[in-house]
Amino acid sequence: MSKAVPPTGATFVGMPPFPRAARDAVGDAQLRHNLRKATHTIRDKRAVVVDELADWAELRAAGAAIKDRTLRRLDEHLLAVEAAVTSAGGTVHWAADAAEANRIVADLVRATGETEVVKVKSMVTQEIGLNEALAAEGIRAYETDLAELIVQLGEDLPSHILVPAIHRNRAEIREIFVREMGEWGVPAPAGLTDEPAALAEAARRHLRERFLSAKVAVSGANFVVAETGTLVVVESEGNGRMCLTLPETLISVVGIEKVVPTWADLEVFLQLLPRSSTGERMNPYTSMWTGVTPGDGPQDFHLVLLDNGRTDVLADRTGRQALRCIRCSACLNVCPVYERTGGHAYGSVYPGPIGAILVPQLGGVATGKVDAQTASLPYASSLCGACYEVCPVAIDIPEVLVHLREQVVEGGGHRAEKAAMRAAEWVLDDPGRLRRVQRLAARSRKLIPKRAPGPGAAWTDSRSIPAVPAESFRDWWVRERSGPADTAQAGVRPTGSAPAAAVVEARESEGEGR
Amino acid sequence: MSSREVILNRVRRALTDVPRDEVFPVPRDYARAHVVEGVLELFAEHLRDYRAVVHEVAESELADAIAEAVVRRGARRVVTPAGLPPAWTAGLAAATCVPDGWVYGPIDDLSDDPTNNRPKPAAPHLTIAELDAADGVLTGAAVGIAETGTIVLDAGPGQGRRALTLVPDWHLCVVRAEHVVASVPQALERLVPGRPLTWISGPSATSDIELDRVEGVHGPRTLEVLIVRRPPVV
Ligand code: SF4
Repeated sequence: MSKAVPPTGATFVGMPPFPRAARDAVGDAQLRHNLRKATHTIRDKRAVVVDELADWAELRAAGAAIKDRTLRRLDEHLLAVEAAVTSAGGTVHWAADAAEANRIVADLVRATGETEVVKVKSMVTQEIGLNEALAAEGIRAYETDLAELIVQLGEDLPSHILVPAIHRNRAEIREIFVREMGEWGVPAPAGLTDEPAALAEAARRHLRERFLSAKVAVSGANFVVAETGTLVVVESEGNGRMCLTLPETLISVVGIEKVVPTWADLEVFLQLLPRSSTGERMNPYTSMWTGVTPGDGPQDFHLVLLDNGRTDVLADRTGRQALRCIRCSACLNVCPVYERTGGHAYGSVYPGPIGAILVPQLGGVATGKVDAQTASLPYASSLCGACYEVCPVAIDIPEVLVHLREQVVEGGGHRAEKAAMRAAEWVLDDPGRLRRVQRLAARSRKLIPKRAPGPGAAWTDSRSIPAVPAESFRDWWVRERSGPADTAQAGVRPTGSAPAAAVVEARESEGEGR
Repeated sequence: MSSREVILNRVRRALTDVPRDEVFPVPRDYARAHVVEGVLELFAEHLRDYRAVVHEVAESELADAIAEAVVRRGARRVVTPAGLPPAWTAGLAAATCVPDGWVYGPIDDLSDDPTNNRPKPAAPHLTIAELDAADGVLTGAAVGIAETGTIVLDAGPGQGRRALTLVPDWHLCVVRAEHVVASVPQALERLVPGRPLTWISGPSATSDIELDRVEGVHGPRTLEVLIVRRPPVV
């Protein structure tokens, strides 16, 4: 297992590009077993609770449109957030990049005189490498989500957005707890077994004292309501409530794309997110707070609004839809590539299909700024379209992937393309597998929302045939492997031939006897 | 230039293709609710799905039901937020109740406080250690949501500060039938955004270890709900 390495931007330094990492991961039987169990369990649960809502397609269309509308007026909504949070007693900070956000947080913590903070699980603070930045300032950040705790104690990297320690089995977790908990605080109880309930109890004891005495907490947020200045955190374990309620100072680092305009807009996302994410009708705990409430919760509240590449994403008319993402992780759980490689192979904070489109864009792929690792990510896909089908905000991930491959090639990415080609070896060593994965499934059509009305139609119109000329991954592979002479026979179609609306049929991929 | 200006300028530059007078429509043809009949039954069923302990009682049985629940639990110290109806604790010994004085005004009286972001702090204000020493907490609720099995607390009378329902290990929550709505959209209509809100759907849980669900990580490990039926129409 790799040692933790500090992220720069959204990728982990020193990680091998996707192809090599993927090959290593595919050879790890334990990892493959864990991943398979996890992704299939969650996606089955999701399907059940999504089917409960007859208007899922309408909710999905509304969710996509609300996000688009917000993004298209983002400057105005951000100013509204600032005004509302400020008038409710909070302080708003603006961070153009990771370094600035880290500096702001470190200064705020230092101003309290504290050297420890408790943290709620948050993707964005991983993206900016906050824990490492705080450590460099002599401030220790304690992760409090169970999975993040496992990852932190194990000096490991998260591998899934929702269940970051899914690559660890119970015996490994027990071992990490027994070995490491004492170093960080309350040690694991004597005679700890590897029963999940016993391990969760050990985590409760380990963290309890810390929660009750914590003075400063750092969180992200799932949503920020512009008209009211309300922040929303969705969670399961109650560690979020502990961090958001008991300390005296709360610092929330939030990407600028998390804004929704109105209170009523939450009615859409609080239906879409839990069902898409954990496959529950509702997650156990959701906290909503607005600035400072006298006598209740932290009396010192800071909101750090983070850009860190998001405005680059916003500038790309095809790629900006990635900013609709609500981090539900549904696209990971249906992705045949993720299922085989796991999250670490992506070498980034955001793994899976969403990572494959978000990380290169945050890193500046359009301007040729990214390294080989990041440039290989848009190739970490078979373009089967399953991610698009399940996405609760209808992000056309295959369309963006094809678009980004164009940019990689244009950006002088011949070397990157070579690297990506090696990625093909493992997924394409059984051509039949890919064909099965790419088969069109008619029953999926009902999940496709009505076209987004208005100017957004320009995005959805191009859904089934990507607008930019590009080969499907498979066609490209066939051409590369068989050489130019065979190209015609291989039936290479000159333009966007990827069946972007195809889905993975669960039974098909299950039948492979992995 | 401040980072604020830098970011706002970057946003504006990124959106040069978007007409400033654009009206971007949002289709709102999703359902306001998915059920009409049997809302209360569905609420109870979904709470039980999350392994909350659920009892349905009549108004006249409530005080006894609360007292019985406290005895069953073996709770000797139960936190009682300000504004709790006195009748609810009528069956409890005075020594059992650990009062906290902090409260918002009732949600339907916003006359002198339109944003409703002004709680009325009052003694006693329990410390975290005092909350930790309690065996449980008794509260009401602002809204119940049947489709999702959710209880929403809005810090109003009988609900108190957020920490009250977080630190003790047992949460006994009274939900009146008239507070139960069918859906998430209906719930949001009833809630006041300025207040600290806690949405609770069953006890805390984790699936982080091999995806095995374990109930009770942080926060109350047991959620017990008393649903007060509507009085029969005569
Ligand atoms: S891209 Fe869509 S499916 Fe994937 S995490 Fe984001 S919202 Fe969920």
